[in-house]
Amino acid sequence: MTSARPPCLTRRSRSYPPLLEAIHDPPRRLYLRGTGSVEMLSRPAVAVVGTRSCSSYGAQVARRLGRELAAAGVAVVSGLARGIDAEAHRGALEAGGPTVAVLGCGIDRDYPRAHVALARRIAEVGLLISEYEPGVEPAPWRFPARNRIIAGLAAATVIVEARERSGALITADFALEDGREVFAVPGEITSALSRGTNELLRLGAAPLLGSGDVLALLGLEEAPARSAARLSEQAKRVRELLADHSASIDELVERSGLAVDAVAAALVELELAGEAVCAEGIYRAHEQR
Amino acid sequence: MLTYALVGLEPRRVEVEAHLQKGVPSFAIVGLADRACQEAKERVRSGIVSAELTWPLRRITVNLAPADLRKEGSGFDLTIALAILAASHQIPPGSLKAHAAVGELALDGRVRPVGGALVVAEGARRAGIEFVLCASESAAEVALAGVDPVPLHHLVEAVDYLRGDWLPDPAPLGKNGLPRFASCPDLAEVKGQRRGRRALEIAAVGRHNLLLAGPPGTGKTMLARRLPGILPALAEEEALEVTRIHSVVGLLPREHPLVAVPPFRAPHHSSSMPAIVGGGSGPSPGEASLAHRGVLLLDEFPEFQRPVLEALRQPLEDGVVSVARANGRAVFPARFQLVATMNLCPCGGKGDAAGCSCSSVRLARFHEKLSRALIDRFDLVVAMPRPRAAELDGSGEEASALVRERVQAARQRLEANPPRLSAEARSLLTDAVERMALSGRGRARVARVACSIAALAGAEEIERSHLAEALSYRIPPELTS
Repeated sequence: MTSARPPCLTRRSRSYPPLLEAIHDPPRRLYLRGTGSVEMLSRPAVAVVGTRSCSSYGAQVARRLGRELAAAGVAVVSGLARGIDAEAHRGALEAGGPTVAVLGCGIDRDYPRAHVALARRIAEVGLLISEYEPGVEPAPWRFPARNRIIAGLAAATVIVEARERSGALITADFALEDGREVFAVPGEITSALSRGTNELLRLGAAPLLGSGDVLALLGLEEAPARSAARLSEQAKRVRELLADHSASIDELVERSGLAVDAVAAALVELELAGEAVCAEGIYRAHEQR
Repeated sequence: MLTYALVGLEPRRVEVEAHLQKGVPSFAIVGLADRACQEAKERVRSGIVSAELTWPLRRITVNLAPADLRKEGSGFDLTIALAILAASHQIPPGSLKAHAAVGELALDGRVRPVGGALVVAEGARRAGIEFVLCASESAAEVALAGVDPVPLHHLVEAVDYLRGDWLPDPAPLGKNGLPRFASCPDLAEVKGQRRGRRALEIAAVGRHNLLLAGPPGTGKTMLARRLPGILPALAEEEALEVTRIHSVVGLLPREHPLVAVPPFRAPHHSSSMPAIVGGGSGPSPGEASLAHRGVLLLDEFPEFQRPVLEALRQPLEDGVVSVARANGRAVFPARFQLVATMNLCPCGGKGDAAGCSCSSVRLARFHEKLSRALIDRFDLVVAMPRPRAAELDGSGEEASALVRERVQAARQRLEANPPRLSAEARSLLTDAVERMALSGRGRARVARVACSIAALAGAEEIERSHLAEALSYRIPPELTS
């Protein structure tokens, strides 16, 4: 923490984020950590939240959203929890963009422990904020209260994956109460991890099919796509198959008629070109736009 | 009378002397004999009496020299009995020259086999001794050392032989025929699993350590158990090395003692540290050493105790285990190929439709156990997702024997002329190191795997496609974070 910056914003501060001030019970103080500018809190922001025990699909979507939103200049707000939250922060960091982590404990507490390094990286370009004084221990009952700040800072909240009764749904409720837009990422109806988000969709949340949906709401444009790399014929063939749906190597061998070694090599080529990602042995297309 | 004690895998010469003198009849064994060895008194006495020989009613002292070397086990029985018989002139004392002996005595005088007969025989050969008296069950094992076994069923036979009244059957004791692969399940039984089979083949070529990760029931163990079946037979020198270790533990089959095919060991995850890396009071080899020149399968890898896993790092690096105990230290060879299977999380749900229901504490503990240093020892990591139904009804697949031939040919190419990285492959590797965050060790590992892949393809150079395939076996980030 640099000594030049006030470590704490009060509601009377000029840089107290206006969106947050508009919520039902805005926090009286906000403690800050990190070298990111305080103005970041007043910029257009989107909250990306979801379950801790996310699937590889959820992790991929969260990271991509984080990256694309940050690249478009939006501050990505989340809660530094495991799973979706962390992936959203990581995505934003990949784009070198602004990201804000709202903590449910003192800003000097390393919680969760596994994210000490991530918190440090966020502090380098973004901000970690909390309504609790430094030193306050993390406690389960503080996290719902923390969620109201996440929803309050953001113009829109995206729920990537949530089980029924997930904490992320609390964030969605806060967002709705404050009159903010709520997006949910559609998921497989057979997956327990998508039950909460699919339920939100039924209740009228906007389906999120790409970062463009949120950006349009904020009146922003998507960042231009990277130029496509030159690919071998085999890689192109495999990319076509992946565009239909995700698949394991064995399935791709079956469907492409290529040998197993050729498929593996083609997939590595696609991974290096940023056109495919792999998790738990299942490869997915990662289209460039 | 000569015999040999085992210190680790090394024979140490032990001279057994018997002295009879006038006095109150008694029997003492001196020379740091352990309990099993002290009990030899009773077995030797009964054995000699049962063989209708005379138990000398004298004050008998048996000395096992050198007196400062700890002697363990029942393998000294036969030697002690013969020393006493020689001292009491029941067999001609000169007849024991050029002979060593190893074996346990039954109360009725029968000779029983003991572990380590091969090592004893090797000690004898080095000392220039031609004949080793041993149990008939150990004869084939002793013959491997290049000395002539004198196979015995009973103490009487030993006495007759030494008196020159009896010669053992000159049974053909060749170096036991062909290597047998039959005991290992065949790859032909595995349907589909092209990715897994390919990884298995590459691992066999380069003796790479292999990790199979995926939800339960995806065939990880089934594949892992088929690795030994596609490994080429051991070279003669290697086979003897392995046989020696197995001899000490008493694992050798009677008829075909030579371990000619790579051994396969699959200890349960509850195994203790001494059981895996070796130990015990007079250190004896553990599973890691029994898998020397073969395969060590750790099924459900993260379930093993953390210290056990960490202890495996030394043999994975150096190919040996050194165990130090109060009673001595030993260095056992342990150059094994490690194959491990694991679920992606403790509940096994990760990677499945049901999803993972593990608590964060459990997950953290799980990942903590899989230290980076340990995971880094695996050259090939294969993620095995649950196959969809269509893949399961694949028809007849290649049999292990066919794959083994390919592996053997690739190994020969690898030894004769290891392929080098082509310029194209090198640039891909540099690119990948940056983009995929490979460590220095990771880089070397990918290059090694690519080398095996090129050898399998019969290529002169490691081409770009070989390196790309090798990269697909790198450690996925979800295993380390």
